[in-house]
Amino acid sequence: MQDMNPSDIQGEYRETTLDLYNGTQRKVLVTDMETPYPEGKLIVSRTDTEGRITHCNRSFVDMSGYEEAEIIGQPHALLRHPDMPAAAFEDLWNTVKAGRKWHGYVKNLRKDGGYYWVYATVIPNVRNGQVVGYTSVRRKPSRQKVEEAIQTYASMS
Amino acid sequence: MPYQFTVSPDFGPDQLAGWHIFNTWLQRQLGTDIHFETHDAFDEQRQSISEDQIDIIYANPFDASFLVREKGFVAVASPHNPDETTIAVHADNPVTEVEALQPGCRIAQTDDPDISMMGMILLEPANLDRDNTEALIQDSYIQVAKALIQEKADVGFFLTEAYERLSNLVKSQLKPLVNSDIQVVSHTLLLGPALAERKDELAGKLQAMSDDVQGQQLLDSLGFRSWNPMDEEEMEFMIDLIEALAA
Repeated sequence: MQDMNPSDIQGEYRETTLDLYNGTQRKVLVTDMETPYPEGKLIVSRTDTEGRITHCNRSFVDMSGYEEAEIIGQPHALLRHPDMPAAAFEDLWNTVKAGRKWHGYVKNLRKDGGYYWVYATVIPNVRNGQVVGYTSVRRKPSRQKVEEAIQTYASMS
Repeated sequence: MPYQFTVSPDFGPDQLAGWHIFNTWLQRQLGTDIHFETHDAFDEQRQSISEDQIDIIYANPFDASFLVREKGFVAVASPHNPDETTIAVHADNPVTEVEALQPGCRIAQTDDPDISMMGMILLEPANLDRDNTEALIQDSYIQVAKALIQEKADVGFFLTEAYERLSNLVKSQLKPLVNSDIQVVSHTLLLGPALAERKDELAGKLQAMSDDVQGQQLLDSLGFRSWNPMDEEEMEFMIDLIEALAA
């Protein structure tokens, strides 16, 4: 996956290198700017079994800051924020690969270096008994739950 | 024996007239006898479904999941009207955003499972759930509005379309806090196993409905602009979405 581009970033940023689950790395540039979750909306995406994005809705595109063409085909880790512990995603993948639902609070990284919090649910898409991909639906989280997640993830990092 | 057609019980008597006419259209298009049966409540309808007494149904998304995955129904088409949810309070309520709602609040709602589920999702940012709120089940969306106006309930869940149809007098006494904007979840017309092989034929006829004056009048009476054919994968996607939301 491509490193983030300084020309896309709004304001001051810090640089970090993420170790991704497939053994690759990505240089990310992050700011402290939070984008509020859009009222009443759901952010929806689907991936193939390898975690590459195959579909996303308008809210996904708007919140990510990318163009749809920049998103389709990319690994879901495109949104991975360095404040999220690797263990959370390990748990996600272990859960859905076992055919179960996963849910949790996630801090996502935007193209402009900012972030947004979501309450995410990921489920395997089963067709004729086979897992053919995964659907992820994010909704607006409660602020209290986000504060709790911040504490928990800080202690896991 | 005629086939049985039914619609989700979330429609008021004014709309049922349109569905009766739709049933006549359906019989003519499929060249077979079809009996239109209505149910007063979701539980009653589910009982008929589980006893395999339904062959054609205009189902809400929650029931569509069960019908497709458990009962072998196939999706034919959906209208261009996504199901959205409106959360409203009494117009004089000082609350202006969902986050200000407090545990213990009384929620007037119908027994429509989709709207109840979406309503509770929209209340999550206030840390409200079924354990710290009280559900007051009403027979119709008019009754939900009444419960708010009479201050028997603090919050009301409405199908957005039903909220929009309330009279201006009623709406002036209410205040919407949030509307869902999901776009991809809608009611669906489904065929049971006995008619499943006629799916493509019916989908084509539904799609062509808006091409003639009579068809357009029927669509108007149902409150639809047109029918949108639905393929298997679109239906499966909607079911996945409902399943994820129900988590």
